[in-house]
Amino acid sequence: MPTYFEKKQLVLPGELLAEGDYLPGENTYLEENKIYAQRIGLVDLDNKRVNMVALRAFYVPKVGDIVIGTVTEVGFNGWTVNIKSPYTAMLRASDVLSRPFKPQNDELSTVLNAGDLIVAKIATYDRAHDPQLTVGEPGLGKITRGQILNVVPTKIPRVIGRKGSMISMIKQETNCQIILGLNGIVLVTGKTLEDEELAINVIKKIEQESHTSGLTDRITQMLKENKVNVEEP
Amino acid sequence: MNDKPIKLIDKKGIRLDGRKADELRPLKLQVGVLSNADGSAYIEHGKNKILAAAFGPREMHPKHLALADRMVLRCRYHMAPFSVQERKSPAPSRREVELSKVIREALEPALFLELYPRTGVDVFIEVLQADGGTRCASITAAALAIADAGVPMRDLVVACAAGKVDDKVVLDLHDEEDKLGAADVPVAYMPSLDAITLLQMDGILTPNEFQQAVEIAMSGCKKIYEMQKEALKTKYMVVKDIEEKEEEEVEE
Amino acid sequence: MSSLITRVRLKQISQHIENGKRLDERGLHDYRPIKIEQGIIEKAEGSARIYMGKTEVLVGVKVETGEPFPDTPNEGVQTVNAELVPLASPDFEPGPPDENSIELARIVDRGLRESHAIDTGKLCVEAGKKVFVVFVDVYVLNHDGNLIDASALAALAALMNTKLPNYEYKNGELKIKQGFTQLPMKSHPITVTIVKINNQLVIDPQLEEEKVMDSRISIAVNEQGNICAVQKGGSSYFTPQQILEASKLAQAKAAELRKKFNW
Repeated sequence: MPTYFEKKQLVLPGELLAEGDYLPGENTYLEENKIYAQRIGLVDLDNKRVNMVALRAFYVPKVGDIVIGTVTEVGFNGWTVNIKSPYTAMLRASDVLSRPFKPQNDELSTVLNAGDLIVAKIATYDRAHDPQLTVGEPGLGKITRGQILNVVPTKIPRVIGRKGSMISMIKQETNCQIILGLNGIVLVTGKTLEDEELAINVIKKIEQESHTSGLTDRITQMLKENKVNVEEP
Repeated sequence: MNDKPIKLIDKKGIRLDGRKADELRPLKLQVGVLSNADGSAYIEHGKNKILAAAFGPREMHPKHLALADRMVLRCRYHMAPFSVQERKSPAPSRREVELSKVIREALEPALFLELYPRTGVDVFIEVLQADGGTRCASITAAALAIADAGVPMRDLVVACAAGKVDDKVVLDLHDEEDKLGAADVPVAYMPSLDAITLLQMDGILTPNEFQQAVEIAMSGCKKIYEMQKEALKTKYMVVKDIEEKEEEEVEE
Repeated sequence: MSSLITRVRLKQISQHIENGKRLDERGLHDYRPIKIEQGIIEKAEGSARIYMGKTEVLVGVKVETGEPFPDTPNEGVQTVNAELVPLASPDFEPGPPDENSIELARIVDRGLRESHAIDTGKLCVEAGKKVFVVFVDVYVLNHDGNLIDASALAALAALMNTKLPNYEYKNGELKIKQGFTQLPMKSHPITVTIVKINNQLVIDPQLEEEKVMDSRISIAVNEQGNICAVQKGGSSYFTPQQILEASKLAQAKAAELRKKFNW
């Protein structure tokens, strides 16, 4: 039973990828024993599973995901948060205040206001209900400084790298703190603007060239070169 | 019609614009032409010039239009006032309302509506210049815009019309053939799945001519499908080009 | 359009059809009983009411004089409008026509227009100045599915029942005289809608069957068995083979109806 693609080939929706004894992986679908592509992306075979990394996709919430979002509305008992997804997230006042919430005493906008940026975790979500966020863990909560970068959500795993190798290298070489929202929003906080810019450029490069071979080497080299440039004067 | 004995096809079977019976008008397709839309495309098909933009999936507005078990696709087909000879009022006409509906129903079969319940995808189509066959060109562009937005699809949808002109079944009618011809059969098609998603007809055709028209329209669709894929690839191949360039630099 | 039907019921309908059966014991390709009454609105120049099972549609035809279109100065004008009247279904709401009523009107219009049902050439009073305008108003009174076929049949019946007043035209003045003549007609198109449910082609769906249908195709057929208008609808597709079957089915059913009504 054949497959109809080369490794990491660019495929389009409706393209026949494999026939017969294969399993439909991400961004593919099965119809009458045939596997087709659902999106624009790069296809790969993992054992018997036909997988695709989408070059264009949006973020669909998953419980436990760390995301970065913007507060868009202060409500009566919580906040509405835009997490760049088809579904708008909610953050409850009681989750932030960590004590019983009294609407008559607590002015929610003094805690978080429209336009504020937060790092949060998806606490609940299913087909019938919009995602609920939580910030009740270390490292989560309001973001006060740093730079924001948008990445196609499906590329985040490449920025993380195998067992986190890529991201820890970037952190180390740029002296930046980096939070990767799985919804494709990245927060970079460094000591200097130059450090932050370098980290951002590196992540952009990974996003653009995520499917190419020898990427890790090129990134290592880019980090080394640019670091020297900064230290020279 | 009788007082205009214009020959639309000459003795050699050549049409007014120099095409053969089974020949398409020149086409140009571009993907990712609008930066604010989640996905977009532009098509020139003959003198048709049409923009399509897709937004979403996103929260439905107004909220009560959202469906608990599926995504909602909304389409708006609209003609610019200057797109035709005589200025068209910008208010949506009955024709535009109907076309918006059939275009939506031509695109829906390509989507996995059950995947993202309670959300909506909006597709906006603006005909900047009309030259016969706008609904087909609109569908071809709209499908590209939806794919460009990253919305999962079963296949691209591609559309093309056939018709009867001077007793002959021909492909891809232009404005004059559309107005003076005996019949017009627009078809939208998903080539990978061999599925017809839009089929309309006006005029009079024998059952055989009708069948022939559907077939010739489908063959036109298949040709446009290749151009559609090429247009998508052109946008998304840029990444690969960068890679190749780098490799060349290393060699030097 | 969503009076909720339980999932169990939808499944039941769909399974029935898979086995070639229907809820009301009809065959997949059978129409419900059809009854047509003509001339029931005295103030209208023509009218007809159709009962197709529980679906009920009234069509009234009014004839007035007006200006011809500039590109057809010698021809009368045909316009079709459809109203999904709120009393016909809990899903119909008052207000301007929505896409469903506009589509219905345009399908009925196209069937009549493309087959040249009304002999518009004979409706000219003075070329370029004054012609007869035939207003066909489709009024859906009870919605139990297949509004397209019911409306198209009722519209044709109403046109066949339409009488033009005798008149005299002098110095740009139209004078109504005693008596009437029949509205001149050239063709009698019949529209047959075929829906796809569970990959089966089904004729004349009831409302509940329409809720499970994948897609539909309406085909208008004239006396010669030629096809004069087609419209696909619904959010699924047809294979080319199914289109071929549907067009054959439409011809057979149109011929059957034509025989039944002697049109």
